Amino acid sequence: MKLANSSAFTQRLTKMEKLFIPFMMSGDPTPELTIELAYTLQQSGADVIELGVPYSDPLADGPTIQRAASRALAQGMNIQRAMELVPNMRKKGVEIPIVLFTYYNPVLQYGIERLMEQLQAHEIDALLVPDIPLEQRDAISGLAEQYGIPLISLVAPNSAQRVQTIVKQASGFLYCVSSLGVTGERTVLNPDIVAFLAQVKRHSHVPVAVGFGISTNEQVKSIFEHADGVIIGSKMINIIEEKRQQLVQEETREMALQQIKREIMQLVQA
Amino acid sequence: MSVTFPDVNGRFGDFGGKFVPETLIVPLLEIEAALQKAMKDDGFIETFHQELKTYSGRPTPLTFASQLTHAIGGPSIYLKREDLNHTGAHKLNNAIGQALLAKRMGKTKIIAETGAGQHGVAAATVAAKLGLKCKVFMGEKDIERQQLNVFRMKLLGAEVIAVSSGSKTLKDATNEAIRHWVAHCDDEYYLIGSVVGPHPYPKMVRDFQRIIGDETMAQLGGEIPDRIYACVGGGSNAMGIFYPFLNKEVELVGVEAAGKGVHSSHHAATLTKGTPGVIHGSMTYLLQDEYGQIVEPYSISAGLDYPGVGPEHAYLHKTKGVRYEAVTDDEALQAIKTLSQTEGIIPAVESAHAIAQALKEANQLEQHQSIVINVSGRGDKDMHTIMNYFKGELGA
Repeated sequence: MKLANSSAFTQRLTKMEKLFIPFMMSGDPTPELTIELAYTLQQSGADVIELGVPYSDPLADGPTIQRAASRALAQGMNIQRAMELVPNMRKKGVEIPIVLFTYYNPVLQYGIERLMEQLQAHEIDALLVPDIPLEQRDAISGLAEQYGIPLISLVAPNSAQRVQTIVKQASGFLYCVSSLGVTGERTVLNPDIVAFLAQVKRHSHVPVAVGFGISTNEQVKSIFEHADGVIIGSKMINIIEEKRQQLVQEETREMALQQIKREIMQLVQA
Repeated sequence: MSVTFPDVNGRFGDFGGKFVPETLIVPLLEIEAALQKAMKDDGFIETFHQELKTYSGRPTPLTFASQLTHAIGGPSIYLKREDLNHTGAHKLNNAIGQALLAKRMGKTKIIAETGAGQHGVAAATVAAKLGLKCKVFMGEKDIERQQLNVFRMKLLGAEVIAVSSGSKTLKDATNEAIRHWVAHCDDEYYLIGSVVGPHPYPKMVRDFQRIIGDETMAQLGGEIPDRIYACVGGGSNAMGIFYPFLNKEVELVGVEAAGKGVHSSHHAATLTKGTPGVIHGSMTYLLQDEYGQIVEPYSISAGLDYPGVGPEHAYLHKTKGVRYEAVTDDEALQAIKTLSQTEGIIPAVESAHAIAQALKEANQLEQHQSIVINVSGRGDKDMHTIMNYFKGELGA
């Protein structure tokens, strides 16, 4: 068993610029297609994949990701099966780091130590739990450290003086929430974001990636001017959602994957 | 028993806390700071009590149920009459307190979640009274079931927002209210209706509801009853009446909704059947599957139809400070008939759960003993449900 190494993950990312970090929901549209799509994302230039575990009550997510979660749950997806997808992605040729994204309650029921063990066993590079803020981090940070699993930290535009404390504990990359609100496409990004990103970057020793609401190439370009990476979630789900029918049918699958790849490359080109 | 909970992290032992996205932490800290200051400000406390008295009609009476006591032939039964509050339930106590706090914080808009509509109506009422804008999130299913309360809220000037996500009931209305708040926390105040959610809500709602227990204690003239019964959904009326009695020699009984039975899959008996986990930002007991997905509860009572429970109840359950029982739809509905016909009081279907459990256990006590039942609300809102249930009987 390979011992996951948090500093290796961090080091690998630190050397990279203009990180593209797409989010995908395990099991949406199907578990098999999640594996195919992970490979397509890598081919489209993804540097890290954020792999979502579906949850019945995702508090930080807007309608698009909620819908994806419902579809995935209907496919019988759960935290165990989501992790089991990763070795299959590796077999398929996915080499980029994979971060497991899950709300806290599925982690609690699965068992915190069991999760860390399994993340390590499945060679998953990091963990992101959006409803574990700084104050509750102790609940999982000890075991995460013991198993060498980096925990991705989030900062928000209203984090104010908390930013310094949060970045101190950051590993991998720092997830910078672009604006107040839940995930989902936004036509206009928060105008104060430049000052906010400057503040965060001043303190951060890991790459700063911006997520929430990013859905156009224009937005991607403007984020790249002020941050080290972009995280794109709802827009990814939408792109996949549109091709759902073609993806599910074997005859049209390859073409749909190619179209998705083209669309994503256009979205993130610098 | 310690009554100094929660600790500085908002924990009641293993329960409570703040399991929310980073974006909500600062707004929660702001509320906590404002609350701490307000509770030490005599002016704020005085205004709160003045509104409770002259607007809500407090103190609510403690009624000796002479007919029911006689019929049972057991202990003396007293009813704490929260049904006589303005808007018909205990919900207004908390709505007044939080709306005053919101105003003090300079907020001009409040948002609220509601299941049956009682908290939505309380929030809309106090918003009208204090000149605040009010948005109420309500599941589409509940909107269908509670047309009259939807209209009441609109008549009071509130905007009712239909929630179509998830199961379209209270759980999802709460999710959607939180999601909305994340985007608008800079100028809106989230007025939670029960002792649930992230810190400081469970503590704050309890502290605004403890007036129920404080009054009861004063009305009993220093005598401590043998048992106190209250229904538990999220658990605000129960925390309200229990809290001042927590270190007293009295058995406290919280009554959950067993729906069609705790051995069926149709119940809302969170403490009886649930397991620890996180819901709506708080560590507590909840109904969930083995992978931590939250399971839809069921109860004939929309106010008890919630898959979680306040974290302080979770703590009191674990430490056995309160005994929790569960009562079925059938038992609750029969209790409505009993109380209506012996005392001329039609209780809310939620409160009827507490009454049913008290009547079930009355023969365990002696005639010289006494019990208090919290009648958390009146049954007007439930007439349709009650009529359907007794179809064929009573000429309905």
